Amino acid sequence: MTEAGNSSPLVKLEAVNKHFGALHVLKDIDLSVARGEVVVVIGPSGGGKSTLCRVINRLETIDSGDITFDGQTLPAEGKALAKLRSEVGMVFQSFNLFSHKTILENVTLGPIKVRGIARQQAEQRGLELLERVGIASQAAKYPAQLSGGQQQRVAIARALAMDPKMILFDEPTSALDPEMVQEVLDVMVGLASDGMTMLVVTHEMGFARRAAHRVVFMADGQIVEESAPEEFFTQPKSDRARDFLSKILTH
Amino acid sequence: MDDLIKYAPDLAAGFLVNVELSLVSAVLSLILGTILVSMRVSPTPVLRAAGTTYVNVVRNTPLTLVLAFSALGLSDTLGLTFSDEPSTNGFWLVVLGLSAYTATFVGEALRAGINTVPLGQAEAARAIGLTFLQSLRLIILPQAFRAVIRPLGSVMIAMIKNTTVAVAAGYLAESAFIMKDTFDDTGVSIPIFIGLALAFMAVTLPIGFLTGWLARRLAVAR
Repeated sequence: MTEAGNSSPLVKLEAVNKHFGALHVLKDIDLSVARGEVVVVIGPSGGGKSTLCRVINRLETIDSGDITFDGQTLPAEGKALAKLRSEVGMVFQSFNLFSHKTILENVTLGPIKVRGIARQQAEQRGLELLERVGIASQAAKYPAQLSGGQQQRVAIARALAMDPKMILFDEPTSALDPEMVQEVLDVMVGLASDGMTMLVVTHEMGFARRAAHRVVFMADGQIVEESAPEEFFTQPKSDRARDFLSKILTH
Repeated sequence: MDDLIKYAPDLAAGFLVNVELSLVSAVLSLILGTILVSMRVSPTPVLRAAGTTYVNVVRNTPLTLVLAFSALGLSDTLGLTFSDEPSTNGFWLVVLGLSAYTATFVGEALRAGINTVPLGQAEAARAIGLTFLQSLRLIILPQAFRAVIRPLGSVMIAMIKNTTVAVAAGYLAESAFIMKDTFDDTGVSIPIFIGLALAFMAVTLPIGFLTGWLARRLAVAR
């Protein structure tokens, strides 16, 4: 199921390079994500997966190459960059909910302050989104009072509140206790089937199999292999991917 | 003891001036300190450099020199006047010097507070499309302030006691100067010393308790 999307890609990376000091973390990356497509990025630690995710909303700058979002080159700074970010949701490994704000405030802050939506309207929408991720009863609590799985679902609701054109997930389940992984993945599978464009850095193969249109395997800063999920997990083309899969599958 | 009672009205009037200087300087130094720390964490190199230079110069200059500069340099030489009434003008020159000086300590306390806020908070703020100033105002500074309520209390206590060197700006209305002036007439009076010290403690001790209580109450759970 590699179809999804019709016209131009929503995100397009061309010959993107990025260094952290002497470390070459992204090497000539070419990647495009179509509208409505769910792309899973998988690969060994330190391979550049998170950086790939973070350059798309410019939380990391790039050294060379081109990134376009919705047909436009990423703005470098200022209001234009803030506007771009408001259209690209991001879900972090460590949730990063605003610690001093309630759950509902976390979800309504962006709509009120960035979009200028009236508080009452934003709260109504916020509660609907919290309902959708199953946290509405906790709306008045603070992030530290919630479990990791609940916090991550709030973080997804916070991203959805901006009506993003795409959501980036940077290892959304890696910091969770095992019993909480599923509740977060269920929400993500729901989003995928609703047609949200998603780029997901994860090691959850169950999710990749259920929801992804495409798996991108990254190692040492390069995209080594791209294929449909089933094909990737059963018949990886590269030795690097075979080696990686043998390590994570035996446990 | 008789001296204390006899001169109490003068000393009390002077102490009220200390309180007034403190209140106005507290507000101004908190505002200016917040601006300074915003400059120091801003993405603009010129603002960062200006903030850093200001803090390093003013924080490392003795307060008596800052106050003398405020009165002799800014006012007498450069012609800065707040009022034609000399005592009002003197009051504001002290407020200016004291606020400019205290703001550097407020700024440094807040900068320590900003360092306690995890980087992920700023990233999440940027990721939903908040501008730099919005993330600072809505996400970073509120958490930074809560982290440094106690040290800010110490800065305020130091500032209140610093109102007693207002004489360095040629301003003679506050209580410590009145005390020394009184001693010229009466000789040194231990009760007056103790009385004035207790008056300052009556203001500064509650600030210590209040900020401790606020720090516990407003702590950000992570």
